[in-house]
Amino acid sequence: MKKVKYPKLLFRIPSFLLLAILLISPSLLIAQEVAVTPPVEVAAPVGGDPVVGKQLFNSNCAACHQLDKKAIGPALRGVTGKYDTEWLHSWIKNSPAMVASGDTRAVAVYELYNKAVMTPFPQLSDADIDNILAYTSQPKAEPVVADTAASPTAGQSVGGISNELILGILALVMLMLAVMLFLVNNVLKRIAEANGVIYAQKESEKRTPIWKVFLQNQFLVLVSVVFLLLASAYFVYGFFMQVGIDQGYMPVQPIHFSHKIHAGDNQIDCNFCHSSARKSKTSGIPSLNVCMNCHVNINEYLGEVDLEKGYTKEFYDAEINKLYDAIGWDPNERVYSGEEKPVKWVRIHNLPDLAYFNHSQHVTVAGVACQTCHGPVQEMEIAYQFAPLTMGWCITCHRQTNVDMQNNAYYEKIHEELSKKYGVQQLTAAEMGGLECGKCHY
Amino acid sequence: MASSKKYWKSVEELNEDSSIVKALKQNEFVEPIPTDEFLGNKENLAASSTSRRDFLKYVGFTTAAATFAACEGPVIKSIPYVIQPDEIVPGIANYYATTLADGFDFASVLVKTREGRPIKIENNTLSGVKGGANARVQASVLSLYDGYRLKTPRANQVDTSWDEFDSQVASKLQQLDASGKEVVLLTQTFASPSTAKLIKEFTSKYTNLRHVIYDTVSSSEALDAFQNKYGMRGLADYDFSKAEIIVSVGADFLGDWQGGGYDAGYAKSRIPKNGKMSLHIQFESNMTLSGANADKRVPLTVTQQKEVLKALAGEGSSNLPENIKEAVANAKSQLQKAGNKAVVVSGLMDVDAQAMVLNINESFGSEIMDTTKPRLIRQGNTAEVLSVMNGVISGSVSGLITVGVDPIYSFPNAQEFAEAYQRLELTVAFSMREDATASVAQFVAATPHYLESWGDTQIKKGSFSLSQPTIRPLFNTRQFQDTLLSWAGSDKNYYDYIKDTWATILNGASWNQALHDGFFDSDVEIEIEGATLSGALESSTSNGAYATNTQNQEGSFELVLYTKTNMGAGQQANNPWLQEMPDPITRISWDNYLTISASDAKQLGLENVHVANGGLNGSYVNILSGDTTLNNVPVVIQPGQARGTVGLALGFGKTHNIQKEMQVGVNAFALYNSFKEVQFVTLEKASGMHEFASVQLHNTMMGRDIIRETTLEIFNTKDKHDWNPVPSVSLNHVETPVTSPDVDLWESFDRTIGHHFNLSIDLNACTGCGACVIACHAENNVPVVGKTEVRRSRDMHWLRIDRYYSSGESLTADETKKDAISGLGQTLSQFGELESPAENPQVAFQPVMCQHCNHAPCETVCPVAATSHSRQGQNHMAYNRCVGTRYCANNCPYKVRRFNWFLYNQNDEFDYHMNNDLGRMVLNPDVTVRSRGVMEKCSLCIQKTQKTILDAKRDGRLVKDGEFQTACSAACDKGAMVFGDINDKEAIIVEKTKDNRMYHLLAEVGTKPNVLYQVKVRNTQDT
Repeated sequence: MKKVKYPKLLFRIPSFLLLAILLISPSLLIAQEVAVTPPVEVAAPVGGDPVVGKQLFNSNCAACHQLDKKAIGPALRGVTGKYDTEWLHSWIKNSPAMVASGDTRAVAVYELYNKAVMTPFPQLSDADIDNILAYTSQPKAEPVVADTAASPTAGQSVGGISNELILGILALVMLMLAVMLFLVNNVLKRIAEANGVIYAQKESEKRTPIWKVFLQNQFLVLVSVVFLLLASAYFVYGFFMQVGIDQGYMPVQPIHFSHKIHAGDNQIDCNFCHSSARKSKTSGIPSLNVCMNCHVNINEYLGEVDLEKGYTKEFYDAEINKLYDAIGWDPNERVYSGEEKPVKWVRIHNLPDLAYFNHSQHVTVAGVACQTCHGPVQEMEIAYQFAPLTMGWCITCHRQTNVDMQNNAYYEKIHEELSKKYGVQQLTAAEMGGLECGKCHY
Repeated sequence: MASSKKYWKSVEELNEDSSIVKALKQNEFVEPIPTDEFLGNKENLAASSTSRRDFLKYVGFTTAAATFAACEGPVIKSIPYVIQPDEIVPGIANYYATTLADGFDFASVLVKTREGRPIKIENNTLSGVKGGANARVQASVLSLYDGYRLKTPRANQVDTSWDEFDSQVASKLQQLDASGKEVVLLTQTFASPSTAKLIKEFTSKYTNLRHVIYDTVSSSEALDAFQNKYGMRGLADYDFSKAEIIVSVGADFLGDWQGGGYDAGYAKSRIPKNGKMSLHIQFESNMTLSGANADKRVPLTVTQQKEVLKALAGEGSSNLPENIKEAVANAKSQLQKAGNKAVVVSGLMDVDAQAMVLNINESFGSEIMDTTKPRLIRQGNTAEVLSVMNGVISGSVSGLITVGVDPIYSFPNAQEFAEAYQRLELTVAFSMREDATASVAQFVAATPHYLESWGDTQIKKGSFSLSQPTIRPLFNTRQFQDTLLSWAGSDKNYYDYIKDTWATILNGASWNQALHDGFFDSDVEIEIEGATLSGALESSTSNGAYATNTQNQEGSFELVLYTKTNMGAGQQANNPWLQEMPDPITRISWDNYLTISASDAKQLGLENVHVANGGLNGSYVNILSGDTTLNNVPVVIQPGQARGTVGLALGFGKTHNIQKEMQVGVNAFALYNSFKEVQFVTLEKASGMHEFASVQLHNTMMGRDIIRETTLEIFNTKDKHDWNPVPSVSLNHVETPVTSPDVDLWESFDRTIGHHFNLSIDLNACTGCGACVIACHAENNVPVVGKTEVRRSRDMHWLRIDRYYSSGESLTADETKKDAISGLGQTLSQFGELESPAENPQVAFQPVMCQHCNHAPCETVCPVAATSHSRQGQNHMAYNRCVGTRYCANNCPYKVRRFNWFLYNQNDEFDYHMNNDLGRMVLNPDVTVRSRGVMEKCSLCIQKTQKTILDAKRDGRLVKDGEFQTACSAACDKGAMVFGDINDKEAIIVEKTKDNRMYHLLAEVGTKPNVLYQVKVRNTQDT
């Protein structure tokens, strides 16, 4: 009897544990979220709505100003403390006029920032400016690192591994069931023995072993040999066919450039940086001066972080600094040193020399989305090769894809003639001659 | 053993008791292999920590590791610009207009650059451009990436800096100026308004400095004659496109005569239009390009040429043989008939003769000759150059600054001059390479290639062109003009200097537009280099005399020195493209040689033999001229060479800083006494045979009508079927033309939709200049294989220009003869007769590339379908599919497929431009570089047609006629090659396919090629 009770107890303990953990975990998660939210805003010293102000700031001022860091213009947090509201109003509305009028403070600012003229904003009403100033007067949000640091491990373990935990527990339960069955069987056997029940013991006849039977049957041997040969041929073929195919190739790059942040989170069009894809055969890896179009102002990462993989704000900021280092930009002095260090990116898509591929043909003429071949780039934290880039893959697409002939004078005549010939309205690239060897190999 | 002859390798072997020989017989390795030393010590071996098992383990592990390491693909780096220049988009070519002016060639061209690297030279097609791109100009882009170029300035054989260089030279110059010793600035012809001005300013600073212009290949006599008559140092310009009759007396005006570049105009007059075409009569000694293209060619000695000229001018012609007299009389009457559409040109190096030519043309009132706007691309003066030469030797000249010329290589008395040169107080050489002069000069100024420099040129009076850099200087070089400016103490650079000069030339027009176009026509009078010489010459350089050895001894030959199409004056001797380009006439690459007539050769016992592997061998001769002897000059028996004359090309035999493989030929400048092209020499046979790299052995067509030609008379009067018949075959005993679908074995492919490319080649307009051959090399990354491989018929030229000789006035004689042959014995002897070329054969050139057959024989035999057909008419070749069976080459009736016997890139055995990083910069990134074991051939420049199509698609428009081009058709400024889409009904190519002269090569085979030829018409009427 003891033995029967014991497993039951064993069973109960884990299930209690499981229940307890399941109950506790959400509360832990909630606690974490509370900790993350920034502290409640402090009332602005000037009249105005900081929420509206934030919008106005982002649309009008953010190109040149940041709250806490010097950009093209000065950092603006607490600017109301330095200058009186009236002066600020007139400065924002027409700063060149103020400089011209010889206002000492205006001239001082003008001189300090290399005589860069601030765009006048006559379109902003006094209320707008008040709102902006209200936004700039908000105290800086305290860094939240301290709070999260208090319970990072607990939060992570519950939030992150809960699934695995449940699976583990289930496995444990199964194991216990098996042990229980075994024990029950034993107990029953013993009882039976005790009661004198006799089993009909099977007689172990002297049988020929199964492998000998197998060997004696020549047909079976033949069939299995053929099968084995075919199977190995299949695998060998499979092995050889993947030689040189680097689908999923995800090399470590000298600068951790996240397509997810740029193309995904910030919705930057692929062609914005890879501009030559529209007119050239290569998509072009953007030169660093293209990066600097934005990063001259964006010198820190403010988006979501993935602590689990180590993609913290510090991590991204360090990567931006790598860019500055490569192009020789001093973010504090805001000058180029002239010391350039070219970035040696690792090329991911390596089409062999014998194949000619032209981006502009596909991007501009055919209007194929970049994602068709490059995959969900906007979700790639680290870029990888999405397509196999094999000839079969090219050909399949050429066979299936209809050529976009609308509004292109080049195609008018060809379209008319070919659709008459094939009796179809839509023509595939293959029907246009896109399968001919020499179109890609020369 | 058939023979009991004893072979021996060393004298030692003849000594029967030699112990060394015995030992060597027994032992493969003379030194014993120390196995005992290694294995004898058993104790040591046992104590070794590495057991046999360990050893095997290591072997196994390393093999496995190497195998797995090999499985992993290489990591390819991609390095973008840090700051990308605005004008560069990776993958898109930029074109810049610039001008080549190397003292020999002058041409206004377009340079195609990719990612900042110049990769090809194209013709500038804007109207008004002077000077088309010939083969040398086309190849000049490769000379930019020559690793043998000077990379830094040098002083006394040591690399130095420019500052150091400047200060040292300046102090020496001042020293010499102070002591009043003469310094000569010996330059090439620049024909540059800015450089002329600059040199004038510079020489005026130093009282002792004299500027002398030296043309390596002189036109001094023609310049003198022109100057005497018109008071300006220049050369009459000729517009042959308007000519009705051209009589040339020893002038190879389709070659490099007076700067060349006349072939485009000439070709225009040669295409029969409304039953008319120009008549070209050539009197000459060497077989030149002009002679090969002439309707009537009269071979004669140079001495006779002068008589001919006299006769044409109306003076007596008593000394001439009867047949020549007749030809002259005929030419004269033709000239008179044509009136102002007639022109006479002459290459005689004689002021009188040149003056006579000017007078003759004036007497017709020839529209062809233009003396109001003469060419300025030759300015040299032989008298002055001789005075410098003698001054240096005698010691009256103390300093010599050479710019773009290499006198120690190109002066006839080089040895004597070189010794005197080294005794000079100041020697400065401005040079792109450490040539013969630069290698012994005290100061060597490394100059950039023209694609790296600024410049301006006045090719013809009133026609100005600009040079601009298309790449940053590859080495630490500085152009001559900048150096001069810095010596003059100016802080200006040459670019600003040019802009200042051009302010006058442009006279308010846009500088940017002029730079964009590459040229500008202006009537502004601008000072030229030879300005100091304007006005009639006080005394002419030379009159009538053929220099020092005028006496025509018994048994002596007239040696006519000439420049070859590929080498010119030898400026680009280190250019493998040019070295491998076969001579248009002899079809020999990688050499120069003495051309001699068959009868003279027979007399001297000289012979040319073809050996079993297809190579051509020729005897050697020693050439004796006065005290000078040129030993071991190989001989080529040249059909059409005038008896009593021999020819030898200048520009070869360079050895200083030239790659070993390209140190070919003999230096004929040693015989260029007094800078005269004609010398009297005696020949003596030398022992041994020279191995040539000749690419064409067939001297006749063996009766096949590969080339079709007719006379203008027949062309005008007879039906097409008489002179350009379509071959027919018998179908059910009825003669049916091969073009009929009934006799076709194949089902036709529908090519009516989309593009269908055809290439038309006009045999009348093709002069055989070979610009297309080099253009094809540059465009399609065709490898250079070297002399020994060419000799084995393994040349890789995708496009060859076949040269055919024919003995009769027309081919009918050959044809009848062939048809009359019966029996083996007769076949051999009669074909042998066809092979033996006549004294004065007719010549025809035929460019042949892949014919892109619609029913291609190569396609059907390929076991792996590597070569296939497109509906655009191009026959495709997928290199990566090819396994190298070479069945296709065997089955090709045109022999246009080329097999890669070796890996020609990055292979030390083929150490040409593809074997170094610098040279590989010239490769076209749009065309695959082929590997070993694959077949290749002309693709009809599919990369170009595809690009044109894509551009049109991207712009959403139709392709205009003329947009489709191949490298060869774009390079052909003669209009001999026309490329286009025959489905575009408006295209010029459609007219060509319907032309009466159109025929397909070997049409009877039924391959239906997409390349078509236009029958050659010779204007033989009344000649």
